[in-house]
Amino acid sequence: MTQKLIVVGAGMATGRMLEALFDARACYNVTLFNAEPRGNYNRIMLSPVLSGEKTYDEIVTHDADWYDANGVTCRFGESIISIDRDAKTVTAENGDVIAYDKLVFGTGSNPFMIPLPGHELEGVIAYRDLEDTQRMMDLGPDNKCVVIGGGLLGLEAAAGMAARGVDVTVVHIMGHLMERQLDEAAGYLLRKALVEKGITVKCSANSKEILGENGRVRALLLVDGTELACDLLVMAVGIRPNVKLAQECGLAVGKGIHVDDHMLTSDASVLAVGECVEHDGAIFGLVAPLYEQAKVAAQTLLGADARFVQKELSTKLKVTGCDLFSAGDFADAEGREDIVFRDPARGVYRRLVIEGNVIKGAVMYGDTADSNWFFGLIRDKTDISDMRDTLIFGPAYQGGTPLDPLAAVAALPRDAEICGCNGICKGQIEDAIAAGATDLGAVRATTKASGSCGTCTGLVEQVLAISLGDKFVMPAAQSVCGCTDMTHEDVRRIIKGQKLTSMPAVWQECGWKTSCGCHICRPALNFYLLADWPMEYQDDPQSRFINERKHANIQKDGTFSVVPRMWGGITTPDELRAIADAADRYMVPTVKVTGGQRIDLLGVKSEDLPGIWADLNAAGMVSGHAYSKGLRTVKTCVGTDHCRFGTQDSTGLGIKLEKELWGSWTPHKLKLAVSGCPRNCAEATCKDIGVVCVDSGYQVSIGGAAGMDVKETELLVQVPTEEDAIDVIKAVTQLYRENARYLDRIYKWMGKVGLDWIRERIVDDLQSRTELVARFELSQTIYRKDPWAEHARTKADRYQPLASLSLEAAE
Amino acid sequence: MTDWIDIAPLDDVPRRGARMVRTALGCVAVFRTAEDEVFALDNACPHKAGPLAEGIVHGKSVTCPLHNWVISLETGRAQGVDEGQVNTYPARIEGGRILLDRTFLYARAVA
Repeated sequence: MTQKLIVVGAGMATGRMLEALFDARACYNVTLFNAEPRGNYNRIMLSPVLSGEKTYDEIVTHDADWYDANGVTCRFGESIISIDRDAKTVTAENGDVIAYDKLVFGTGSNPFMIPLPGHELEGVIAYRDLEDTQRMMDLGPDNKCVVIGGGLLGLEAAAGMAARGVDVTVVHIMGHLMERQLDEAAGYLLRKALVEKGITVKCSANSKEILGENGRVRALLLVDGTELACDLLVMAVGIRPNVKLAQECGLAVGKGIHVDDHMLTSDASVLAVGECVEHDGAIFGLVAPLYEQAKVAAQTLLGADARFVQKELSTKLKVTGCDLFSAGDFADAEGREDIVFRDPARGVYRRLVIEGNVIKGAVMYGDTADSNWFFGLIRDKTDISDMRDTLIFGPAYQGGTPLDPLAAVAALPRDAEICGCNGICKGQIEDAIAAGATDLGAVRATTKASGSCGTCTGLVEQVLAISLGDKFVMPAAQSVCGCTDMTHEDVRRIIKGQKLTSMPAVWQECGWKTSCGCHICRPALNFYLLADWPMEYQDDPQSRFINERKHANIQKDGTFSVVPRMWGGITTPDELRAIADAADRYMVPTVKVTGGQRIDLLGVKSEDLPGIWADLNAAGMVSGHAYSKGLRTVKTCVGTDHCRFGTQDSTGLGIKLEKELWGSWTPHKLKLAVSGCPRNCAEATCKDIGVVCVDSGYQVSIGGAAGMDVKETELLVQVPTEEDAIDVIKAVTQLYRENARYLDRIYKWMGKVGLDWIRERIVDDLQSRTELVARFELSQTIYRKDPWAEHARTKADRYQPLASLSLEAAE
Repeated sequence: MTDWIDIAPLDDVPRRGARMVRTALGCVAVFRTAEDEVFALDNACPHKAGPLAEGIVHGKSVTCPLHNWVISLETGRAQGVDEGQVNTYPARIEGGRILLDRTFLYARAVA
């Protein structure tokens, strides 16, 4: 027997419920009322409509044909004014009285309007339906709009209008954006991204009054007196379940319409679904539970026993191209611990909140690819103790459920280029493998693939793995050394992410297999720690190679070489006399001029080092750091001082650079040169960082080498002034310090990250450049000093034998 | 018979470090590990006579500064694929001071 069903509200929940009902071929005669003059559409897609990515037609979920085919009587644009539950009838706006067997509330929610003075002015709107969206779309470019509310809806509105060229300001009462879904750090990253898109964001901002003119909104006045002019004011501060009609007809109502697990209200003939309901104390705004309710309601109407169960909720959001994810509970509480991973360079932030070996909550920003996996762990309350060390890096780093990394490569066509340096395609590699090249070395030898910069090594290995199947053994990622299975990159990430500021902390957190590392990992860790945490970490001489521990270069006979600094390669007769005197006094067997324009005193005994340093210090000279993984020399030509071709003061710039950079530690040695004209007499284009002066400024290029590999630098940027050149060089040095693997020269690092990646952070993004310079300067407040003077003064005894038993021997 | 001689306070040698002791018969390197054990070895790597006292100390080993041979502080033997051994000498700590055995130090002359 066909029953009469009246549905109040054509929202997403009721639309889904009707689908389920019709799919089950239920015998219901449906009348659908909707106060909005249209049928069901996907309300969460209003944002793409606002930003212009979609049209309204594209977000309609059910059209006239569908209603027709299912016999739905549509009464769109009509409200219901009263319900008589005893008589089981509703009364429509036009006075029609219609009987029902079952009634479903899907009245949704109303936007909450803050009752500020002036909130009734023309031009003050909410963001809830297509009408609101149209108002925002009609606001032309260069008009001003203020959005009150820094939650998801407010930010979607702001981003959509900003994309249309509107000058948007977001006013948020809390300290950071989206405080319900995000913690402070993720909120900060989101804010930064929005500001970069030209949106003004004001947090901790209290609205006082909406100011008008001739009945129209003119500005928003904040409590602090700031006046934000606007042509449109959007309030997006939250929603309230729409319970008016339910309340009037006497249904049990709290925050929302009370429903049981079957979605039945206090009246067994009346159901409710969606944002208007309250179930077990909770109200709902996200789509997943609404759809679940819709399914349950349909089952109930069909006479089946289905129950709605509240589940752990996750939010995966996309606001203006910023990927966000949050799930569970991430508030600080006793007994909870955090695992945090941050990659400031990529704008990535991940935080997991752990309690009793179970993840309670997760916040992710920037890279949410692994969010489903984390959400599963939260939902299933998985014990994570076994994977705790690498948990934050996601499923690809766990033992249990590896992703299939081969799928992407397997899908490539034969003419896909694998090795960009040598132009080798996948097909050529496959042919070489078929001809008997069954390991990386053989493929390299026969095709040159991955033989140049090496960045495609992983791809070549994957082609091998696909072609050979089980016969190919994938070499494990190269670990730092035998003390750990982790790579340099893993360790650096963990040092940054977990803010590890001591070597024992790294050994502990990264699961070092030895008690205190070895001669390979300790110098690397010492560098990573001092580069990432200059203020917190104390340099450890015992983890440095002897040259850096004793500030001199050890020679094959155990003696040392001493190279005093000559700024930019400039010296004086007085300095030369002092060097000559020192060479005589300490009987230096060899005096040599170096390739970096310095003088090298070779063959100094360890115990004489403090003495010779003190002599050189007295003549005004300091350590030349010829022994360090750090700034070595800035080689210069004479430039405009003397040269008839010189275009700029190359010597002066070289001296300035050396005075700024000296003492800084870097992943490997760092050699610079400044040439005064493109004739390039200082050979700047084979240095780690080279400057070639031209009439119009300074060409800064990086990634040269003249050692085992010979490479020409590549142009990073040309800048007009010396100050710019110095800033760019400091920034590139800091970027290299923060990101490169220990013992990679700049050219090797550049081969891995790419020149474009470096350029983005130093040339394209001036704020990033400024921040890098600031971090470099901070570090230099600790390290820009002469170690020779300090050692000669405080550690001279360490250079002497601990004891001399010669006399006792004679006894 | 042992003849312990007082060399220096333990704190004169840094943890995970070494200092050199000069004797009439060549130099001896005195090592202090992270766990405050002391070891004494000839200050010359079996490979190219590199000064072991200038090496990096890790666990109970030292890495020679010249070519990265790893030498066991307990046995004086080269680790891994390298072959060779240096002399080791009894060393101990007493009352915060490092002691070496004179008998053994001079026995080298006989050997």
